[in-house]
This record gives sequence, structure tokens and C-alpha cells, in this order.
Amino acid sequence: MSKYFPVIGLEIHCQLATETKLFCDCKVEVNTLANKNVCEGCLGMPGALPVPNKKAVEYAIRLGLALNCEIDSKAMWARKNYFYPDLPSGYQVTQIGLIPELDHPIAKKGWIEIELDDGKTKRVGITRIHMEEDAGKLVHDLSPEGSHFDANRCGTPLCEIVTEPDIRSPQEAVLVLQKIKQILEYTGVSNANMENGNMRCDGNISIRPSEDAPFGVRSEIKNLNSFSNLEKALETEILYQSIALDAKQPLEQCTKRYDVVKNKTVVIRSKEDALDYKYFPEPNTARLITDPKCIEEIRNTLPELPDARRKRFIDSFDITAYDAHVLTIEKEVSEWFDEAATKCKNPKILANWIISELLREVKDLDGGLSSVKMTPIDLANLVNLIEDKTISGKIAKTVFAEMLETGKTPDTIIQEKGLVQISDPVAIEAMVREVIAANQVQFEEFKSGKASIKGFFVGQIMRASGGKANPGIVNQILDKIAKE
Amino acid sequence: MYNLESLKSQLNQNASTSVQLIDSSLQKLEENKDLNAFISVLTDEAKAQALESDNRRQKAALHSEIDGIPIAIKDNLCLQCSKTTAASKMLENFVSPYTATAVQKLKDAGAIIIGKTNMDEFAMGVSSGSSYFGPVKNPLDTSKDPGGSSGGSAVAVAAKIVPLALGSDTCGSVRQPAAQTGIVGFKPSYGRVSRYGLIALASSLDQIGFFTHTVRDAATALSIVAGLDPKDNTTIDAKSDFSEKLGESLEGKKIGVPKEYFGKELDPQFKTQIEATIDLLQKNGATIQEVSLPHFSYAMPCYQVISTAEASSNLSRYDGVRYTYRSSEAKNLNDLYSKTRGEAFGEGVKHRILLGSYVLGADAFENYFIQAQKMRTLISEDFDKAFETCDVLLNATTPKAPLAIGESSSFTESDIYTVSASLAGLPAISIPCAKVGNSPVGLHLTGNYLQEAELLSIASACESIIQYQA
Repeated sequence: MSKYFPVIGLEIHCQLATETKLFCDCKVEVNTLANKNVCEGCLGMPGALPVPNKKAVEYAIRLGLALNCEIDSKAMWARKNYFYPDLPSGYQVTQIGLIPELDHPIAKKGWIEIELDDGKTKRVGITRIHMEEDAGKLVHDLSPEGSHFDANRCGTPLCEIVTEPDIRSPQEAVLVLQKIKQILEYTGVSNANMENGNMRCDGNISIRPSEDAPFGVRSEIKNLNSFSNLEKALETEILYQSIALDAKQPLEQCTKRYDVVKNKTVVIRSKEDALDYKYFPEPNTARLITDPKCIEEIRNTLPELPDARRKRFIDSFDITAYDAHVLTIEKEVSEWFDEAATKCKNPKILANWIISELLREVKDLDGGLSSVKMTPIDLANLVNLIEDKTISGKIAKTVFAEMLETGKTPDTIIQEKGLVQISDPVAIEAMVREVIAANQVQFEEFKSGKASIKGFFVGQIMRASGGKANPGIVNQILDKIAKE
Repeated sequence: MYNLESLKSQLNQNASTSVQLIDSSLQKLEENKDLNAFISVLTDEAKAQALESDNRRQKAALHSEIDGIPIAIKDNLCLQCSKTTAASKMLENFVSPYTATAVQKLKDAGAIIIGKTNMDEFAMGVSSGSSYFGPVKNPLDTSKDPGGSSGGSAVAVAAKIVPLALGSDTCGSVRQPAAQTGIVGFKPSYGRVSRYGLIALASSLDQIGFFTHTVRDAATALSIVAGLDPKDNTTIDAKSDFSEKLGESLEGKKIGVPKEYFGKELDPQFKTQIEATIDLLQKNGATIQEVSLPHFSYAMPCYQVISTAEASSNLSRYDGVRYTYRSSEAKNLNDLYSKTRGEAFGEGVKHRILLGSYVLGADAFENYFIQAQKMRTLISEDFDKAFETCDVLLNATTPKAPLAIGESSSFTESDIYTVSASLAGLPAISIPCAKVGNSPVGLHLTGNYLQEAELLSIASACESIIQYQA
């Protein structure tokens, strides 16, 4: 699409799934009464002091370990100073230091792997993960007289994950964001819901004329809140930068936002306007000393991560790499499949059912998979019933629909509706002979070798049996009678 | 005799009731109104609490040995439902929704807060003259300032309105006014007392301290207030009985005298008095040893960088958006900030915010802030070395007598002898040791980190040898 080669790095902000805020005991709760969950601490009252939330630190360490990072057992807090009405204390407590001695984020030097379209995996470096507090919210449309301030979000714990500029296309950027979202979900560190804003992404991008040329001038595109916006914004920016370079116009380092409607990146501020945040160590919090034993304990209790789970699904359930990929994108789906597969005689067929039937149905449901009435064990049993030839694949679809609708077990539905497959050759032969008797002319054609008419007979017989006849046996018997 | 111990015995011997003590405190406060030591007086609350205390006494259900005793607190300590102004127009109408941990501990012990004392605005100053509510006067000479920034608390104790007052000390703001009003001023180790609810000046230096008439009273106060606070991440979990060593003699105690503290800035008459005191202590068994704190002269510049840096950030919250003063002239957001802060902060405060913002700026950070941090470490190491051979260090609390009201500037040198202990986080105490004319001379003793019991023991021994007459 372009003769230039993009270089991309991401900054991903995610909200940690703690019950309380980063530096006080107030509840983290959205969609509640304005200023309900506030105290002297998160309101920036005079004299209040921050006390770091242990759970948040544990989550950040867990995330660091899941992203293969080194954990800093002497992490430091710092203040980022700026004035804005949604920032009560006039500074944000974060973990950034201007000089190496003062820069001690909780984790650094990690990596993740993404799976490219050609089947290869690619490693992308994680520069650092630092913890910080969120600001509050300004409400501008409540009254004409002025803006209003809601401090519920003040002090909500966040982690910022910074990647190395290892990403080479907008598509790779999406894979990286997907992988990190996946890891956030698997580790339980964050709900990582982009729609709710508890995960968002900034993209740093520059282009260069060849793959080994020095990096170009970069722009940072802020607050990309979906995979498609990330991809579109990066593509748009590549186009913009390419046109500028083609026209020999110099690029300026700047911060931008993405206008979804116009599909354009818009400059928010240039490098000259960059704020001096006057970072310095937060004097109210001691260094965050973490016992190495504690870090090891967190490492040992890390849950199975997406890559490992995908591999296990392939190895122990003998499903395809593609199916394993689809089934592990979302933690909930992977757990659903995992539970069902251990009880299922044919996990391959089960995987098909989940991917092509269940996930399609779930797509339009509000609560996602958790709102489905069907249990994993019941779907496993449904597949087992097909395997046993108790029911046909066709009947299974009817049963599946009923299971979704009512949450009843497949056995109950089959019994209630009398859907058990008829596999008794004697019973089937009687049905076949009945249908032949009613269609003598066609049967003679079939006998004389017109194979295409066989389908007609199978169809008729299936209809006569209410779909319950075992199609395999129907076929055998038809052939047998034809040879008589 | 007016002190914590004597009021305790009055109550214990039923010579007085808490109601009577509070009444007499409030009366004393009224008589000394011209000293301008208080920003707010909690008459009704104090009287009601005194009644409750007397009831407890009748039922033998006292909360502690200081139950029913009147005290005062500096107006930068938060007290729920009371105005907490830090002597600034910015917080003129701020009513705190919560109570500082140290204050709560005193309240839980049954102490009765009769009022909140005047101070330099946001504790920035050495004279208590920068208060939005007018300057505090020195009871020993009302034309002079009482020192600062906790001048109101010093005066409340010196004028015998209360036997105990809380102040805050960032580079001498308790010890220096205590010296200038002839009483005891004690700053514990950094982290010994919770800062939760203390309006911050420089968070890495601020520490709550005590004004009393005796060293024993200071030990009593520290025992009540000290301890780990889950709300202050910088408090220390080290239990100690601060009175256990009181009464020990000076025999065998090693007192170091840092030679750098006797330079040309020290008033010759003050110097004479301090040297006479050293002789006296030596005659009473103390071993006197000259020591060196070679980085002494860098302490004040180092302090000015660190304290203004931290203060500039700490004071950012006063922005006109929520609970502070708000300019009525603001037309837009930047206006709201600049006009609010322009109108409500005093000169000394603005001065420090500008300086602090400068030293934290990207261009100056490494040359100022980082250098100051390195210097702070060197200053601490000077003390570590001195304490290898000494139990305490001795010097004058202030180099000279207090100035006339209004003469003190934003950066007067009267805290050059107290600042190092703050930078090193060490406990230090000022006790009166002599007089030069009308002005008391403060004897400043610095103890090793968390060695308050030893420091108080030596200070108490000095106190009884010196027999200072107010």
C-alpha cells in the first residue's frame, strides 16, 4: 500500500480489577451516584496521604510476570505535576523517573509473542509496566452555568504497558493489543473491556524508506478505544506521513487524536507545546519493597496463559491450530471449551459446535457466554449422543436450539420429544419398503443405475421417520433392497 | 508551676476539675488576645468535653493520665468539623471533614483542644508574621516575633494558656519558636509521629512536634502520639517507652559539640551563654567532645531546594476548584488558577512555589533537585559519623535573639542550626538555657535516629542542671 515501512510501538492503559482504589480504601465503582466513592485522600484534601493498595501491586506484578518482565523489587512512586480540574491533588502519582536512579517502574524488559498470518510467531518487546492513578471525570452537559466534577474515578488503579517499537504494521499492532488484552483477561488483572474504557491504547508511529533505515519522526495517537480504531488510525497516519514525505515536507513530532467520523488523525499538540511534568519521587510513599519470595509465589500461582492453553488444546484434545486459536481468544470461551472437552468423546466435533454454532448465537447476546443457559457438560453430552449415534447430526441441531432456549439437558429434550435416532434395521427396512411401495417408478429408475435419485429416497424416508432414522442405515438398506 | 504534670496532679488530687482548667485556659487566652496566638477558639466544644472528662473522672473511667487537660494545636492540623486554615486566605473557610491521626490520639486520650493556633502561612516562615490573620507577638516582648512557623503554639504554652501544644517542624518550626519564647520544643524522628492530617509543607521533612514547659511533658506527649499509622506510609513501627530513661544523670554521657555551629552568625552573647552551659554540663559529669559536621554550610541551600520543590507540588491542590478560596474574577480555567492563587497566597508562599517549580523543571532538575538529594545524603552521613562517638549533639537553637515584628524576611537565617536534623530525619529538642537581655537562649540537642528516649533523658538531665528561670 505504501513504499514506506512503518515502525509502531504501543502504550496500553488498563484498569486493574481491584475492589478499592490505588491509594485509599474507596470502592472502585462506575455507573453510580456522582462523588459517592470519595474520601479526603482521593479528593486531594489538605493533609491526606496515599497508602499503596497491596492487591493492586500484586496484580501489577502478576501482569509483569505474565508478560515475561523483570520485576523491580524496589519500585518507586513519583509525582507527575500538572493542573487540571479532574486531578484533585494537582499531580498524578505514577512510576516515572527522569533519570535512571529515579525510574523504577514495577516491571520492565519483557516480551510477548504474536502469531502472524503466515503461521510464524513474532516476539514483541515490552519496555516497561508502571502503575498509576486515574483522574476523575468532568461533566460538561449537566448545567449551562458550568462544568461539574465527579471524583468517583479519582485514584482508580491503572497499569500502563509500553511496548518496544517492534511492530511493523497496523495489523501486527492489532495482534499485539489482542494478545495483551487476552493476557489481562487470563490473569484476572483487568477486565480489559475496551468498550467500558477500562482498557485503551495510544499508538506511536513513524515510517521509513527501508527496513534498515533509521526511525522517522513519530506521532503519538492518543486514546484509541477499539481494535478497528487502532488499525484505521495507524493506517490513516501512515498514509498521511507517506504523502508528506513524498512531497518532501518535513514531519513534526506531535501528539494526535483519531477522528473516527472523518477517518483522520488530528494534531492535539506539537512537541514545543509538550508540558513539563516536573516528575519527582513521591515523598509520601516509601519505596515499594517486594520480597523476592512474594514475587516467586505470584509466579507460581500464575494461571495458565493463552499461549500455553492453546498448545494444550491442540495436544490433548487433538483440535486444529485454527480452532485452538479461536477457542482461546477469550478466556471465558476457553474455559467453557476446556470444561466441555474433558467430558466429550470427540473434542474436534465439540470445537466445531462451539465455533460455528454456539459462538454465533452468543455474538448477539448481551451477557455473552455467561448468559447462555446451556452448560458445557450438556453440550459435551450432545456431541456424545451424536457419537453414540443416539441422535443424528440433524436432530442434534434441533436439540441444540432447544438447549439454548430452555437450558434443559439433551437427554431430557430427546426423551420429551421422542427424538432418539432409529437405528433398528428391521424398523428402518419397514419404512424403506413403505416408501418404495409408494414410489415404484422412481425406484425402478434407481435400480437401473440412476444414482442421483437416491437422495430423493433418503429424504422421503427421513421425512417419514420424522428425521429420526439413522441415515447411514437408511442408505445401506436402500442399496440392499436395490440389489434384491 | 504550670505544666502538664502539675495540672495532672491538680486533677488527681481533686484540687481542680477539668471544667475549671478549661475555664481558666479560656480566660488566659482572652487576657492574651493581643498576642494573636489563636486563629480559632473552640469554647463550646472544649467546655462540653471538660464536663464529659469530669464525669469520667467521677466514674474512674479516665481515658489516660492527661484526660481533661487543655491543649492547643497548630492550625495546619486537621480537626473534623473545625476550620483548618494553615493561616492562609486560601483555606480561610475550609472546614476539615476529618481529624489528623496525632490529634485524634490526643482526643482519644481525653485531652481537650481549646483552639487552633496561629502560624506562618502554610508553615512557611520563621516569625509567624506571614499569617493571613496577622502576626503573632512574643509574650516576653510584644514588640518581637515569637519565631515560627509554629509561633501561636509556642505562645500558647509560653503564656501558660495551655501546658501542651502541637506544632509542626520542617526545618525548625517547633524548636526555633520554643527557643525564642523560652520553653521546650521537641521534634521526634521523621516517621515517629503520623503526618496524616498535617497540611503538608515539605512531606519528606515535615514532622509534628510538641511545645511544653518540661522535657518530661514532651516525653508524655510523644508516648501518646507516636506509633505506626496505617494511613501514613512513612511512619515507623518501633515501640519505645520515651520516659523510661528520664531521671538518669549525665554521668558518662557523651555530648558532641559540632564546631561548625559556632561561626560568625552566632551572636557573641549567645555564644558565651552556650559555652557557659557546656562547662556546666561538663562539671556535672558529661563528656564533651568537639565533632565536625562538614556539610553544615550546604544544609540551608539543600533544604531550600527540597522543601520548595515538594511544597510547590503539595500546594498545587489549592486551585479554586473544590474547597478553597475561589477568585470571583475568573473568566476561564487558566484565570481560575492564576487569579485564585494570585489573590489567596501570600508573598512567601508564592516565592517558594516559584522556586520549587523552577528546581523541578526539566532544565534545572539535575542541577538542583538531584544535587540537593545527594547533599542530603552527605549531611545524614555527617551525623552517622558523629553518632559513632556521641550520644547527642549540642548547639544553640538559634544564632540570635528574635527580630522585631515585621523585620523577618521570608528566608531569615534563624533556622540554620535546626535544619540539618530535619534533613537527616533525626529527633531534636530545644530547651531554654539562659537569657540574653529579655531573650531566652535555646539549647539544641540532636539525638540519633529513633533514639528519642536517650535524647529526652539527656535533655531532662540538662534541664535540671540548668534550672532555667523564666
